[in-house]
Parts: sequence; C-alpha cells; structure tokens
Amino acid sequence: MADYNTMELMVCVASRQLEDGASVGVGTGVPCAATMLAQKTHAPNLMIVFEAGGLAPLLPEMPISVGDSRTFWRAVMASGMVQIMETCARGMVDYTFLGGAQIDIYGNMNSTQIGSDHAKPKIRFPGSGGANDFASFCWKTIVVTPQDNKRFVEKCDFITTPGYLTGGDAREAAGLPKGCGPYRIITNMAVMDFEPVSKRMRIISINPGYTAKDVQDNCGFELLKADKIRETAPPTENELRVLREEVDPNRYVIGR
Amino acid sequence: MEILSEGLGKLFTNIDPDDARAFFRDKSRKLENKLMSVKAAVEKFVHDGDYLAIGGFGANRIPTAVCHEIVRRRIKNMGFAGHTATHDFQILSAGQVFSRLDASYIVGLEARGLSPNARKYIESGAVQVTEWTNYALAIRFRAAAMGVTFLPVRCSLGTDTFKYGAGKEVKCPFTGQRYMLVPALYPDVAAIHVHEADVYGNCRIRGITISDLDVSRAAKRLIITTERIVSSEQIRSDPVRTLIPYYLVDAVCEVPFGGYPGNMAYEYFSDEAHLQEWMRVEKDPAAFEKFLDQNIYQCKSHFDYIQLNGGMEKMLALRQKELFYSAAAQSGGE
Repeated sequence: MADYNTMELMVCVASRQLEDGASVGVGTGVPCAATMLAQKTHAPNLMIVFEAGGLAPLLPEMPISVGDSRTFWRAVMASGMVQIMETCARGMVDYTFLGGAQIDIYGNMNSTQIGSDHAKPKIRFPGSGGANDFASFCWKTIVVTPQDNKRFVEKCDFITTPGYLTGGDAREAAGLPKGCGPYRIITNMAVMDFEPVSKRMRIISINPGYTAKDVQDNCGFELLKADKIRETAPPTENELRVLREEVDPNRYVIGR
Repeated sequence: MEILSEGLGKLFTNIDPDDARAFFRDKSRKLENKLMSVKAAVEKFVHDGDYLAIGGFGANRIPTAVCHEIVRRRIKNMGFAGHTATHDFQILSAGQVFSRLDASYIVGLEARGLSPNARKYIESGAVQVTEWTNYALAIRFRAAAMGVTFLPVRCSLGTDTFKYGAGKEVKCPFTGQRYMLVPALYPDVAAIHVHEADVYGNCRIRGITISDLDVSRAAKRLIITTERIVSSEQIRSDPVRTLIPYYLVDAVCEVPFGGYPGNMAYEYFSDEAHLQEWMRVEKDPAAFEKFLDQNIYQCKSHFDYIQLNGGMEKMLALRQKELFYSAAAQSGGE
C-alpha cells in the first residue's frame, strides 16, 4: 500500500466524486487540488468555473485567489460573477466544493462568525462570499474538512450557507432550487452522505486506520450509519504521483 | 406582492431610481479630457460619509492607489460594499474609513488567511454590518445599472445570511415560487483599475470582469485608474474592446502597476511576500502603525509606495512571473 498523509487521502477521495464531463464551481486550496487532480486523471473534460468569471480554464498550477489570472489561464472565456452564478442558477453546474468553521447535522455551514451577537461577534470570518450562492444553485455540494467536535456541531452559531436547513423537505420549502444540496462530507476520518428522507448526515465509508467510534467521538451530533459501511479506498500510486508532481509540487495543500 | 419575511439588516443607500435618474441626467456626456492625479481625483470625488465601491477582486486588479489615497486623506464614516473584498478591505480597515458595511466577503484574503486588523475592526462593533452573498451584491449593482429598485434571486433563503441582510422574501406573482428580492445599490463613488483607457474614460479590461461592468454603471461618480493611456483613435479603431464607456467616468488617472501588490492579469503577478508582510505586521499594533506610516501616510503617491517596496526591479520580477503564463498560453502549450 502506498504511503500517504491524511490530506492526500482527502484530496483523492474528493477528486473521485467528479466524473468526466461534469461541471464544478471551486475555490482555492483543497477544492482546487481535488479538481485539478480529477482533470489530470479520470476527468479531462471537467468544466471548471470560478465565481469571479473564469470559465473552463486548464489550470497550470493552483491559483492563490479565485480571481487571479490562473483561474482563466487557457480558459474558454473570461466572464464575470453574474455570468458564472447565472450559469449555476440555471442548473448547469453539477458540483461545488465548500468548507467552513462549523457544519451541522443537516449540512448547514457557518463561515460568518463565532458567537451569537451579530453586532459584536467573538470571531468574525469572511461571510458567505460565493458559498451560499454555489450551495444554493449547484446540484451537489461536497464539503472537505477536518473533523472534530468544534467543527461538527449540533447547531451552527450562524447559518451562512444552506444545507438541508431543518431537514426533510425544508430546503425546497424555503424556496431554494429543487433536487440539490449537500452530497458528500469528506473528512480525515470518514465519508458521509445524507439519508434521503430525514436529510441527516450519515456515515458511508470510514478511512483506513479509523473506527466508527472515532468518527462519532469527533462529531457533536449523532451520525446515522449506512446499512453497509465500507472502508474508504486509499489513494492509488497514480493519484499520488499526479497530486505530488503535477497538482501541488510545492505541497501548499497536501503539506509535508 | 406580499412580503413573507425580511432581513433585520440596515439598508444604507437610497434605492429610488428617479433620484438616480435625476443625478445621471446631469452627468456630462461631453468628450472631455478627464486626466488627473489620484490625489486630485480623490479630493474632488470622494467625501466623508460617501458610499464607496471598489472594483476588481480583492487582490486582483484593484485600484490600490485610490484605496491608499482615501486612507491618506483620512476620509471617514464611509459606507462600503464589501463585495469580494480582500486586500482593498484590509487597506480601508487600516484607515478605519467606513462605519457602514454591506458584507459578502470581508476580513479574509482567501488562501492567505484572515487579516488580524480587519477582524478586530469588525469584531469591535464599530461598523454596522448587513450580510449578503457575492451574487446578491453583484445583482444589487445590476439592478441599479438597470434603473430598477430590485431584482429577484434564489440564494440566501432560509439562512442567517438572509436574516441579517436587508432583502425581502416574496412569492412569485406568476408561480408562487419563493424569492429573495435584493434592492438596487447605487454607490456614491466607485474606483476601478483597468488595463487601458483614453483620456475621456473609455476603458478596456483584459480578462475577467467580476462585477465591474455593473459597478461602473451603478456608481454615481467613477474614478478610473489605468495601467496606461491609449489614444482615442485606438479606442475607436476597435470598439468591441471598450467595456466601460467614457460618459460613466469622472476621472482618469494613469497609474502603471496600479494594482500592486495585487495581481493584474497579463501584466504582473501579486507580490505575495508583501501581502504576507501586511498580515504579519498587523499582529503587532505598534509595528503596524509604523508600517502604515511608511507605506501610506508618508508616501505622496503610488510611485513612492512602489519605490519603497522594491521599485522597478520588483515590478519586472512580478511581470515575468505573470507573463510566463501569458507567453505559454499564446503559444498554446508548455
């Protein structure tokens, strides 16, 4: 078995979610690494969009910003934010990758603040940016995040970005586009999806070296378990080679 | 239309399209030479209490010279559109220039981390904050550009971003579908950095435009900083490249390397070491004060600032870093 670190595993698992010919709205960091890995391995026809306007670039290396010049390097079009978000709103973007300071049982996310007083937050984060827009409009939202009790919480201090809101059909009832929402939560310990009726987070596979108890102990709410929980497939030799040599040679994302 | 719910956030600007029309009616449509210094442009067009929008995307194609001049002039009590704002937000927070904020992306510099000083400024409670998403703010500029009071969007619904915003939830009169209506946003003044402009203000941008085309049309007054001036003949010889027409523009300022320390597509890459220095020095208030004094208050212009941070040698290194990709892109390969 190949030797790899947790971040490499998470990036590889994330990249496998994207099939060839799909479209994906991405941010910097892990999402970008996963998307580039997919584009350089099994999904050469991935259509990548960046919220600032970059449309279908052939990423030469990882951008620092979702608006820097790499995000439209050899792109088919350099457009604008409204053009990208309209494309998502029209239903033409399949996936998006998001992260945040907190995530709850229904996949709602907080990237705005810690503390309950909006006028004087304990810690202020950037806010929605394009996260709420992408999560509202793209068909499937994938979250890649380290897992612990502080991040996986019963209740977010602030719901910046919609998951399934209060569960069941709450998301559609609120007026958000039908048939989309959180799809996979990929952590250092496991991969989760959402049970189709209750829309509660559910373990579907556990990463090598971890147990179901580890996953539950590092989560602030009760996780459902799929009927058959698999072991997450580790990175292949080829995935690791492309990731280390072509996607992130400086190891900005995958670390040392 | 029945209002189902509405955000608790404050609306900081007048959304009346007839008031805006009355203003735009009096705006000159003459071809006039608008060339002036950044100092003159900010003195003339940016005032205490104005609502400000900044073009570009945080540390990409931002009008750094205008941001610095606003801080240098110690302009205060502004409203600000924190739309895709990163290094621009960091500069304006350093000068504590705004007290009202429409926030969709603030205090962070994306993969570079969070600005300690900008965070402190917002966490202090000194700034009134109304929450939006990037798309919602982009659409607010679009509504203003269209001369209407609102537009519907399908994001934000059901979240605290809606609750602490100033949108309204309604049912579609045709289908019953729920929407958030976002109000028009007419900034008093906006500043946008472009690649090329003529002296009248006809502007060309190479690459992504983010929300700048709508911002330029929504703003009552518009300051353009440009990498270089081109002749009006060049503009007229290739009109498809004009993205911002002259009659929107109040001032044209020639500022080569004007987006520094940010990235300017096809011109120069961002100065990551200097941006990291900003982040580092912000952790120590005394050191930060000294840093601001050197890099902003003691500088007369953007040229002083560039000189202080490596001058032409640094600019050429950043140009080479950027053009490596442009050259490869043109030849179609590695």
